[in-house]
Amino acid sequence: MSLDTRIGPEPTLSPPSGSGSRRLKRAVSAVFWFCLTLALTFLGLLAITFFIGRIIPIDPVLAVVGDRASAQTYEAARVAMGLDRPLPVQFLSYVGDILTGNFGTSVSTGRPVLSDLGRVFPATLEMATLGIIIGVALGVPMGVIAASRQGSFVDQGIRVLGLLGYSVPAFWLGLVGLALFYAHLRWVGGPGRLDIFYDGLVPYVTGIMLIDSLLAGDFDVFRNAIWHLVLPASVLGFFSLAYIARMTRSFMLDQLSQEFVTTARVKGVPERVVIWRHAFYPIRIQLITVIALSYAGLLEGSVMIETVFSWPGIGNYLTSALLNADMNAVLGATLVIGAVFILINKISDVLYRVLDPRAR
Amino acid sequence: MASARNWLLADSPSSRLQANLGRTYRISAALLRNPLTVIGAIIILVLVVTALFAPWIAPYSATGQNLSNRLLPPGAEHWMGTDELGRDIFSRVIYGSQITLTIVLLVAVIAAPLGLLIGAVSGYFGGWVDRLLMGVTDIFLSLPKLILALAFVAALGPGINNAIIAIAITTWPAYARIARAETLTFRNSEFISALQLQGASAARVIVRHILPLCTSSMIIRVTLDMAGIILTAAGLGFLGLGAQPPLPEWGAMISRGRAFILDQWWVATMPGIAIIVVSLGFCFLGDGLRDVLDPKQGDKY
Repeated sequence: MSLDTRIGPEPTLSPPSGSGSRRLKRAVSAVFWFCLTLALTFLGLLAITFFIGRIIPIDPVLAVVGDRASAQTYEAARVAMGLDRPLPVQFLSYVGDILTGNFGTSVSTGRPVLSDLGRVFPATLEMATLGIIIGVALGVPMGVIAASRQGSFVDQGIRVLGLLGYSVPAFWLGLVGLALFYAHLRWVGGPGRLDIFYDGLVPYVTGIMLIDSLLAGDFDVFRNAIWHLVLPASVLGFFSLAYIARMTRSFMLDQLSQEFVTTARVKGVPERVVIWRHAFYPIRIQLITVIALSYAGLLEGSVMIETVFSWPGIGNYLTSALLNADMNAVLGATLVIGAVFILINKISDVLYRVLDPRAR
Repeated sequence: MASARNWLLADSPSSRLQANLGRTYRISAALLRNPLTVIGAIIILVLVVTALFAPWIAPYSATGQNLSNRLLPPGAEHWMGTDELGRDIFSRVIYGSQITLTIVLLVAVIAAPLGLLIGAVSGYFGGWVDRLLMGVTDIFLSLPKLILALAFVAALGPGINNAIIAIAITTWPAYARIARAETLTFRNSEFISALQLQGASAARVIVRHILPLCTSSMIIRVTLDMAGIILTAAGLGFLGLGAQPPLPEWGAMISRGRAFILDQWWVATMPGIAIIVVSLGFCFLGDGLRDVLDPKQGDKY
């Protein structure tokens, strides 16, 4: 901040002594409320998945005992499964199960749902993370440029691009991308995480192929993984780019209409400095929130993308469970995606309040 | 002409009709000034006309198979080519507009009044009612919509009706929030107190006086949400959970074209373009409506 021309002593922002304990008390109560709303939201999520599990037209007891079982066997199985208890009790025991990591067993894989989810989640994380990197790296500069040339051709183009992010079906973009860049141009790898002859070459450590291949020192696998990752991540990245560019543009327009920007311009500060240092600097905290929300959105968006790219992540797991009517797996995946979504949402909310002095 | 314009723009209209017409005139004039809004309105108009007159517009039937014409590329005979059963894709896209419009309208008709009512009740009564209703709303709002819709459809069973219910369940909370915020702005104003003093019941105040005031922000939000609703519906169709074959739903059509994407690209591409055009139309229109009806909100969406 070499351009900062300080006039006089800095205003003292620290409160007079003696208020330290009050501040601590405020922080403690803030943390308490944060945890309470978080817990309530999670409980709401659990209530919804519990409710969904109860409205399925499939009779869970009948699915276990078969339709030729006698009434006694049926009743015994019903009691054994705890379905004769009142609903609130059933809900409590469901919450207890989830908290102890018991998500039930998947009908289609025959394994506990939680371990299945642990196995597939890294693939989704890898794709969404690369997607958000692409989205931020392109979206933020585009938003800033659009705002600094408001009304120009560039601005209109970026605006339409942003609206396309709300109107293009993700699965369609993935399919067209595959047809164009994989089948015709051969620029990227096809569906899946690796070519088939690279499969199983590197040991499973983190589940994130880019890291695992580097840990094993196998650069061929690393290159192949990038080759396969680049298209699905770019498709995801497009959607976060559209959102981030749009929000950046609107934040920047807010700032550029402020008086301190006019002052800086009048003082003859170069336009580049006005835009990047004076106007962009204050919006970086708002951008953190936007980026976090967009990241959570990408986890959701990956459901559609993974099916198209046969990407063995949580989205693919969820959709194949849906088609097999594997309710334990469906509800487990819904819970995990929902929980991550909620967590990112709330954390970004808190970060915004902690980092931005105006929101305190 | 000029006198008609003056009559419409009069500062002190002498009748209710004149005031209403003047308002309509001002709003539509402002809307027409933005080219993107006009494009959006035209797209939606074309969608509605297409859906209403599909049997007269479509050159072929939506379900009639002709196996000798399998997978023909786009040409003079079949503008968008044919699919794996020899059905004309252009005709199917035309008929598909009926399904898309039905889904969008039904979701709006279910979710918007529900959200509106919950939000208005919450804002009007305040206190515990407010806390309870908004607590539930916030929980729904903080959940991922698509995943929730997927889970609901999984439980209810695939099909277009269940898809509509699932989407409506995930859409109402945003409307409740908006309606509550609007209600709070005039909850303590004098005309509400006057009504209460006249002995109007809470139901009467909410339905006759609060809900009408929330509609303009609701219309904006619903229009902006339409694109999202179309995409979710198409996504459900793509996964085989929405409209079932042989219905020409655009998402389901893309899903069928998936097998041929590498060689017969048009089967999956054409319905996708229809989705994009219609969604963009709603986005353009919603953007324009917001700029005119609610300028203070700015370019936030």
